[in-house]
Amino acid sequence: MTETQLNINNPILKVRDLSISYEIGKQAVKGINATIESKAITAIMGPSGCGKSTLLRAFNRMHELYPNITTEGSILLHDMDIREMSTINLRRKIGMVFQRPNPFPTMNIYENVLAGYKLNGIKLRRSERDEIVEKSLSDVTLWDEVKDSLFKKGTFLSGGQQQRLCIARAIAFNPDVLLLDEPTSALDPVATAKVEDLLVKLKEEYTVLLVTHNMSQAARISDNSMFMYLGELVEYGKTDIMFTNPKDSRTEGYLTGKFG
Amino acid sequence: MNSDRLTRTVLFISSLVLLMISAGIVFSLVGGAIPAFKAFGPGFIISNHWNPTSGHESYGALPFIAGTLITSFLALLICLPLAFSTSLFMAEYYRGTRVAGILSSMVDLLAGIPSIVYGLWGFYSLRPLIISLGLNEQGFGVFTSSLILAIMIVPYATSLSTEIIAMVPDELKEAAYSLGATRREVIFNVILPNARSGIIASYILALGRALGETMAVTMLIGNANVIPKGLFSTGNTMASIIANQFGEATGLKLSSLIAIGLLLFAITAIVNSIGKLIISRFSR
Amino acid sequence: MAQIPAISDSTNRRHLKNVILKVSIIILSLITIVPIIFIIYKIVVNGISQINLDFFVKPSPDSLQAMTALANHETIPGGIANGITGTFLIVIVASLLAIPVGIMIGIYLYENPTSRYSGLIRNISEILQGVPSIVLGVIGYMWIVKNVTNGFSALAGSVALAIMMLPMIIKSTEETMKMIPNEIREAAFAMGVPYHKVIIKVLIPSSISGLSTGVLLSVSRILGETAPLMLTALGSSVINLNITKPTNAVPLLIWEFYNDPNMVKLVWSSSLFLLIFVLSLNIISGRLAKKHKTGRKK
Repeated sequence: MTETQLNINNPILKVRDLSISYEIGKQAVKGINATIESKAITAIMGPSGCGKSTLLRAFNRMHELYPNITTEGSILLHDMDIREMSTINLRRKIGMVFQRPNPFPTMNIYENVLAGYKLNGIKLRRSERDEIVEKSLSDVTLWDEVKDSLFKKGTFLSGGQQQRLCIARAIAFNPDVLLLDEPTSALDPVATAKVEDLLVKLKEEYTVLLVTHNMSQAARISDNSMFMYLGELVEYGKTDIMFTNPKDSRTEGYLTGKFG
Repeated sequence: MNSDRLTRTVLFISSLVLLMISAGIVFSLVGGAIPAFKAFGPGFIISNHWNPTSGHESYGALPFIAGTLITSFLALLICLPLAFSTSLFMAEYYRGTRVAGILSSMVDLLAGIPSIVYGLWGFYSLRPLIISLGLNEQGFGVFTSSLILAIMIVPYATSLSTEIIAMVPDELKEAAYSLGATRREVIFNVILPNARSGIIASYILALGRALGETMAVTMLIGNANVIPKGLFSTGNTMASIIANQFGEATGLKLSSLIAIGLLLFAITAIVNSIGKLIISRFSR
Repeated sequence: MAQIPAISDSTNRRHLKNVILKVSIIILSLITIVPIIFIIYKIVVNGISQINLDFFVKPSPDSLQAMTALANHETIPGGIANGITGTFLIVIVASLLAIPVGIMIGIYLYENPTSRYSGLIRNISEILQGVPSIVLGVIGYMWIVKNVTNGFSALAGSVALAIMMLPMIIKSTEETMKMIPNEIREAAFAMGVPYHKVIIKVLIPSSISGLSTGVLLSVSRILGETAPLMLTALGSSVINLNITKPTNAVPLLIWEFYNDPNMVKLVWSSSLFLLIFVLSLNIISGRLAKKHKTGRKK
């Protein structure tokens, strides 16, 4: 049981005693308590298997796709238990970007950006659609690169561009929170840098939760950092403080490369 | 080294055997059909006479072509919702569970039942049902045959499409879920568009199977050498007329039956080739 | 940003559609397997009463015997021995024709996987697989009945069925061989073993379970075939082991029984026999295939 080690002025998400198990008796996430700051980048880091992706996916209830996963405890969004919302509404407010870029291959770029609306059966006027596409793609600095090929399928884009397209798809829906699960681990350094710059820009409008296995990335762009180890939240604090003065020896071990 | 050359030659010759068999089939069918086409011209295909009285012999393939096409397409139509649901059941809703395994085994059993057994069941179980529903006095006809055919081709339609649906990457589905889609929306907007070619190909192959089916249809279609007028009227198919009348046929009648066999061969070959073409384009 | 319209109504409707789809899928899937339950049930229930020892050793009765027995309320005498022996004869001859040729072609494709000629062979093999069995019966008639045995014969039936088996054996041979680790093949060649010995002593034994699966599957496929045999083997009332003479087979017998009002009751026992045989082979080859696939990962 860990307590929040951070005083957040404007919280948006609260995690209460969250435990997640894949099998009976094996907990992937153990008793997490934390408050997430609004419009900031919070990095979740730790060695492989520490439960960081599992924790991330709890925020938009992705685990419910897999019947053998059980969740205890609660997560509150704007002080409302996310399990009391319908998944449809929850996922409008909390968007997700995955590790490997996954634009829908049967849709073109334009349709990909609007995929959230299409999947939810929301009909928009042509002018609204154009507006959303242009704004989302501009926000991810992809507009100039693709504005002349909007109606081509996204498969010709580079990995980095595809990932930015996926981010555009997520923010086209105007969520409150963006969850990113190791979004740059499949990208080259140049593309990674572009995505990192993008996230720093995006935090002005969105709350960003970023799982990363790359601690320098966490150090570069995050405001707050969580360190997880074997399913527990070992330490949680402001990034610059945690990196220079970790309180827990396990955190220090990870940050200095003794393991992980 | 010499023995190696010999071995390779023997293997190569075996492949020639396949070519010779296939060419032989085509040549024999064409050769056997020529007397009929000579006597009746290409109009044979659209003629609906079937008159074996000697001296006034006249044969035509139209009723049988119509019967084959109608029963097969109708069977495909009936089979579609069943096969589609079963594929989704096994590849999406209950993928990997024991229930899906059981369902899969049972569908495989459907494929193992010989055609004549289907015909018997259709005759003794389905026919009375149709009669009691008042759809046809004798219980024979296009609908009954198509129904049995539909059941017979379900395994063929399901097996390939189940594989294809299961192959749609999880990450695409997760992306759609993360955008708030319901399962139904994920199926129609993500899974199906990605699996479309494979699914269509499997239905085309099932159609090819239905076209050539003989025994079950023969026992249920009523064997009337006319173009079927309605859903519950009787008729005949290319395969059935050959099965029924080949045994004692001679001369022009025999040649006409062979010509029908040639047409059946051509139709199934074309349909199956189209199906394969779609599969190969899809997996590029 | 555009206004997202009021959430609740459309959300409820979407949830409803979602549930309706799931329920429909489940119902339709159940409907799909209902026929098989009915079919098996009917055949077992009706057929089991007719099976006794005579069933396996006596040839089929003729119409008169059957009519007399029915009139006297006795069980119809005889059995299906002529059908059983005929099926065995025809299937064994067909296998002798198809298996060696099919395996050799499969090996050829395995050794020459990418040539255009191989692509042609594969295509033709697949087209051949789609040829309706009745058409192959016509071919069996034209090639053998007319030209070789001058009359209906078991051989003609075997030829037609062998052509049916060929594509399946070719395909399963090639796929099975592809799963043999290449190192084994190369090691054999490196030791200077002549090619034909590599095939006979190394390749075939390594793939024997896969090959057997393919064979079993193709046999189970032809066991139930009636149509081609109607035009080739014709049928016979006696037990016949001469491949140049007309022969009966279990599916043909079923057809005979079906068409004769006196013998109709016999269809169920013979169908039960056929069904058990075919389904057992199906299940066995299915099990073998699974074992083979999971046991042979590189």
